[in-house]
Amino acid sequence: MPEEGMEDNKGREERPKWNNKAEYLLTCIGFAVGVGNVWRFPYLCQIYGGGAFLIPYLIALVFQGLPLLYLELAIGQRLRMGSIGVWNSISPYLGGVGVASMVVSFCVSLFYNTIVAWVLWYLFNSFQDPLPWSQCPLNHNNTGYVKECVESTPVNYFWYRQTLNITPNMETSGSLQWWLVVSLATAWSIIYICFIRGIETIGKAVYVTATFPYLVLTIFLVRALTLPGSSEGLIYLFTPDWEILKNPQVWLDAATQIFFSLSVAFGGLISFSSYNSQKNNCERDAVLVGVINSATSIYASIPIFAILGFKAHTNYVTCLNGNILALTNEFDISDMNITVENYEQWFDSLNGTHPSRVSDLNLKTCDLQTFLDQSASGTGLAFIVFTEAVISMPGSQVWAVLFFIMLFSLGLSSMFGNLEGILTPLHDLKLVPKWMPNELFTAIICLVLFLMALIFCLGSGNYWLEIFNSYVGSVPFLIIAFFEIIAVAYIYGIGRFSDDLEFMTGHRPNIFWKVCWLVISPLMLFVVLVAYVAVQAQTHPTYAAWNPDYVNFPDTEVLPYPDWVFAICVLLSSVPVISIPLVAIYRLICCMSGRHSKGSLHNDPNPYVNEGYVVES
Amino acid sequence: MEEGCMINSNFLGISLFMRCLRMLVRILVLLYLAGAPALAQTLCQPNASNGCRVRISIKTALGNQAYEWNENEMFLFRATMAFAMRRYYKTETYNVDNIIMCNQTLRVSFWFVVTSPENSTMLIPKADVEKAVRMSRHRINNAFLLTDRTLEFLGIHPTLAAPVNPDTPPWLIVFGVVIGAVFAGIIALLVSSLLQKRRKEKGMMEDGQDEEDRQMKGVENDNVLDGIYNRGFTDDDRFTKL
Repeated sequence: MPEEGMEDNKGREERPKWNNKAEYLLTCIGFAVGVGNVWRFPYLCQIYGGGAFLIPYLIALVFQGLPLLYLELAIGQRLRMGSIGVWNSISPYLGGVGVASMVVSFCVSLFYNTIVAWVLWYLFNSFQDPLPWSQCPLNHNNTGYVKECVESTPVNYFWYRQTLNITPNMETSGSLQWWLVVSLATAWSIIYICFIRGIETIGKAVYVTATFPYLVLTIFLVRALTLPGSSEGLIYLFTPDWEILKNPQVWLDAATQIFFSLSVAFGGLISFSSYNSQKNNCERDAVLVGVINSATSIYASIPIFAILGFKAHTNYVTCLNGNILALTNEFDISDMNITVENYEQWFDSLNGTHPSRVSDLNLKTCDLQTFLDQSASGTGLAFIVFTEAVISMPGSQVWAVLFFIMLFSLGLSSMFGNLEGILTPLHDLKLVPKWMPNELFTAIICLVLFLMALIFCLGSGNYWLEIFNSYVGSVPFLIIAFFEIIAVAYIYGIGRFSDDLEFMTGHRPNIFWKVCWLVISPLMLFVVLVAYVAVQAQTHPTYAAWNPDYVNFPDTEVLPYPDWVFAICVLLSSVPVISIPLVAIYRLICCMSGRHSKGSLHNDPNPYVNEGYVVES
Repeated sequence: MEEGCMINSNFLGISLFMRCLRMLVRILVLLYLAGAPALAQTLCQPNASNGCRVRISIKTALGNQAYEWNENEMFLFRATMAFAMRRYYKTETYNVDNIIMCNQTLRVSFWFVVTSPENSTMLIPKADVEKAVRMSRHRINNAFLLTDRTLEFLGIHPTLAAPVNPDTPPWLIVFGVVIGAVFAGIIALLVSSLLQKRRKEKGMMEDGQDEEDRQMKGVENDNVLDGIYNRGFTDDDRFTKL
């Protein structure tokens, strides 16, 4: 943050700048590459026909993702302000877009860092032998294992009970889980230490946080390919099912995935590029960041699915071995005569000769395909499926530690962008008192966010996090991005914008970019927004609750949201974007009353909007 | 002479009686020996109330190094069980003969019963046998290089391993290290910022006249923008629509 010694008599502060281009690029890449690249994209690839999903995904990247990315980096670099300042500059009536960006970044920071806190909790617990999620704990009088754990699995028990201590439904709030509070405090402290000196410290931190995940992914790739069953997982992932392209849901999900994955509309990218010098080729930066983000997604899905294939194989072999043991014990066959390979023949012959005895054994049907189909995304993938796979790998602790440090790095570098989207607009709005040093201001913001995020440490915290994730982290972004692109393409003017780009990059944008900004991207965004809202509105929203007393436990109980919760969901979707019309109306009123008095709307003169030259007709 | 004959005939009678007695004893002994296994067989029955079933999975436990289950291994088992009984009752009366096995299958599984050393027709109740096995389970397992899972006494559940409860949970230790390092870093950075600021302020007061020089310096270095960005001077003549 600006060194106070550089203040001149007028009190102007020099804008901080990146030490070198690499820090800037790594920060943007780190912001874009988040946990979603690891646990959302592979899942989408799997359920949407493997290799075939890449087609809508890449189309969405080229026609929607890259233009938006280029746009944000360009305006930030040109106008050299955070999101609020930038949109105020472009058009005072659209200043609400910046405010909406800031509010949405605020809400996302709340729950995103809670996920980072969970990752930290698992990381701390990975330094034990045996891993705590590998076996059930004993009950009170040491006579057996805890009932809830026996009925589900140790991995599920550790996640739902020992980590979240989840309540059976949303109405029951439960109490604060102190270990989660402690993990959350650690997460926020680490964020704070990286933000202490603004981009000076962030720039140093991203050398590690942005590059370490790639190292871990490569290590996992090499390890996973040597595990049995990995090839089945990879074949399953990449087998293209071309029929799936006829399903419009696939296109919708591809567009939303690209959009959320690139982290546009947060305001963070605008802030980061505002610290650049103006003569920087942001076109190349945008293409680089976008392509690296997608490449990372594809690269990450390979080890993830190799390991999931290994897990499916292990489960299949365990299932078969259970059956083999039952048959061996019932018919007193010599030990190890029935193996996984000749199980089928033995089963057929035994079933032919003693069908009643065989059926009494209640053997499980073991199908590898069923195990491969057990897909998961999000926290389910990281904390349930992957942790189960890690137990079966030799040297579990090492793999667990590596995996969780990787997730932590991914989450941390994304949090930099989230928090930057809050801090920079506040600085640019001059809301920070002069006497307050930046370190203190950052500390206050981190403290406020930490205290507000304590709701996610309650017993019902996971349910609330899902709500925030679904309602704040989806529709508001689409709306903000739509207004962003309309503002720049139509209100600011594509001609002016092209001149800016020529000034910055040295050449005018070619026809592809112009067509995208003017027509394709707004249209795609609008269609995606409408389709998304339509799909959400069709079903009354429900959530999956973990209830040990449920009849079909360990299946999760599907409950509808209570009405008051649903009202909160609607509020969460609408309040961030309500600032867009509100600010527009406010400015209109001010403008109409301000035409009579010559009061300026801005404190600092803006070369683009100078009220002295308004043509009053 | 007559007395000698009388004595002789008496002697004859007694020796005949003795021979008969000896033969009887031999027959009885033979009968007993022949009948004993039969008797033992009736003691050891599958599903007998005082019998215990054992199931062994050697190949599962040892893989390539599996040994063959034969009469010698059976003998070792009987000896180990006698040892367990001795340990439990703290007597030295139990012997290999007190352990009777039957119904061996290819699986390998068999039933066994334990007879009392005092009375070979009386069986030790199953509950006592269970307790004896529980007490020496570890030794029994090790004698055969097997585990609780591969040497199963059906009906006798293995005692669950007591949970290892360290004094401080390991995760707290890792957390303590991490949070300590973070706080140390925060304090170090804050203190160094403070010191830098103080030094700058002192420097500012001393060379306030050098401001112009510094701005001049900014002009010389093309890439280092030491100057202050004044947005009123952007070269945007082409933008104004005047």
